[in-house]
Amino acid sequence: MGGSSRFGRFQGMLFASPALIVLGLFVIYPAYYTIRLAFYQGDFNFHFFHYLGLKNFKDLLTNDPDFLDTSKFHGFNIVKELVYKSDGGALINNVHWVIFYLSFSLIIGLGLAVLAVRVRYERAVKTAIFVPMAISATAVGIIWLFVYSPNPDTGLLNAIIHGFDNGFHPIAWVGRPSLVNYCLIFAYIWASVGFVMVVLSAAIKGIPAEIMEAARVDGAGEWNIFRRIMFPMLSLPISVVTVWLFVNVIKVFDIIYVMTSGGPGTSSRVIAFTMYEETFQNFSNTRGPGYGAAVAVIMLVLVAPVMVLNVRRFRSERVVT
Amino acid sequence: MATVDQAVRISAQTRSERLIRFITRTPIHFGLIAIAVIWLVPTVGLAITSFRKPNNIAATGWWHALTQWDWTLHNYGSVIHATGMGHAWVNSLIITLPATILPLTLGALAAFGFAWVPFPFRDTLFLAIIALMIVPIQTSLVPLLKLFRDWHLNSPHFGIGAFSFVGIWLAHTAFGLPLAVFLLRNFFITLPKDLIEAARMDGASNLAIFRRIVVPLSVPALASFAIFQFLWVWNDLLMALVFLAGQPDKAPMTVRIPYLLSTYGQEYNLLSAAAFLLMIVPLIVFFSLQRYFVQGLLAGSVKT
Repeated sequence: MGGSSRFGRFQGMLFASPALIVLGLFVIYPAYYTIRLAFYQGDFNFHFFHYLGLKNFKDLLTNDPDFLDTSKFHGFNIVKELVYKSDGGALINNVHWVIFYLSFSLIIGLGLAVLAVRVRYERAVKTAIFVPMAISATAVGIIWLFVYSPNPDTGLLNAIIHGFDNGFHPIAWVGRPSLVNYCLIFAYIWASVGFVMVVLSAAIKGIPAEIMEAARVDGAGEWNIFRRIMFPMLSLPISVVTVWLFVNVIKVFDIIYVMTSGGPGTSSRVIAFTMYEETFQNFSNTRGPGYGAAVAVIMLVLVAPVMVLNVRRFRSERVVT
Repeated sequence: MATVDQAVRISAQTRSERLIRFITRTPIHFGLIAIAVIWLVPTVGLAITSFRKPNNIAATGWWHALTQWDWTLHNYGSVIHATGMGHAWVNSLIITLPATILPLTLGALAAFGFAWVPFPFRDTLFLAIIALMIVPIQTSLVPLLKLFRDWHLNSPHFGIGAFSFVGIWLAHTAFGLPLAVFLLRNFFITLPKDLIEAARMDGASNLAIFRRIVVPLSVPALASFAIFQFLWVWNDLLMALVFLAGQPDKAPMTVRIPYLLSTYGQEYNLLSAAAFLLMIVPLIVFFSLQRYFVQGLLAGSVKT
């Protein structure tokens, strides 16, 4: 019985140790290093140079209009300002991402999941919507740059609007600070909805048909069945998907790098983009790599609740014995 | 189990009922087909563009190609040879294959330990691995870069090109591992206990049980993770940007294409062909291994 002897206990560690060493060396130690670096200015060799305390965080949140432009806020109606201000810096852009990316991905994905099971060509529809999930954000970026092209002869979106309205002046969709974020968000929704749909669709098919039948026999309409039976039964998969979308949107980088490089100006930057820019591109400033590390720590703090949630959920399922 | 699908179908019985159903469902058909078209058209447009002649691309939209015959493979020749995209395609493969096999192997070994060979702090360590799945790559970029620099892994120091890739292989392995361990451990634990106990009684070593029983029985789970990780690495931009910075001859396609965009921004013929070359590998994987692919993604929903 190798499993119970002392040697067996040692063996288990032996199986796990290569993975644990790699994780410790390349995930945990670097995370500790980055957290520590966030309190320093740092230098080009990423040494802990010139201790600053909380200055990096303070500068980020109060003294960096590209990250958070507090001057744009007047504080009377914070919710309204958050939704409408399009020039509040990377953090506010990311808030827009969270609001619009999450809500539209969920609504479209849930709608598709509910409706697609009712038609015979379900598989074809699902495949069409799922395909963008396989494509890299780089390719998604190129695809949508073509769609958003300002040239009315070759850009699909401008051509379509031009077809309806001859007096229409073509719009540089990703060239306008007021539009660029929504154009990027839509492209990313396009790439993510397939996932939402597939997860929720699998969950819908798991709802016992007897429950729906019983409700129909009792004379419940389709809308009531959706609202009172399907929706409550889908609450767990919806929360899983919401968490996935949230973590995704905190980390969003590739598509912005490809489509706009954070531009025009700095109007489409988000947190992850700021981190890259401040750490690897912004050599002229005096802030040093500690500043980028502070941005990374902010990202870690934002996703930390999800870590706790996942661990808790796993424990409550009692899979760990 | 009966599904909603069937339940809906059973309810239509008489002809008039069917007619009413058809009418009430027209908006559903309309909406679904409209969305499917919106979701397909951008990709199809890019694919068509990549097969058109450069002067046509500049003059008219790709939808004109549906009525006028002007297909050509010329763009692919240009983009592969003149812009180094063929080389970048090979780089993508060189980065992706080890970065898939390494976490798969290490992850499967660890998952076996977590599932079947008890050791001290096993459950605590497993919960820690679940937490690690969410850690953003950004918190590791700088220290890893420093580490690889200190180890001379991401400079052509050794005079052997392959060493440049070691850093990015290790980084991808580290960030793929938590998911691999989580996914595979949860699959391994469902294997019949009797089978493993019986093998132990027969004196089989843990390694033999792993190789002869666990791995052969877990091919679907191993395939799901392998596909997920393959596409994750193939599609990755950020790690390649950071760990292969300053080495254009090592850059994968995801890095090469934005570069192409900044230098040939208006040359849609090159851009579309390059993007299509980048997409074609995931699309082939998707259409040939759709079941594993979807399973892998569903299982990977805890990672992002």
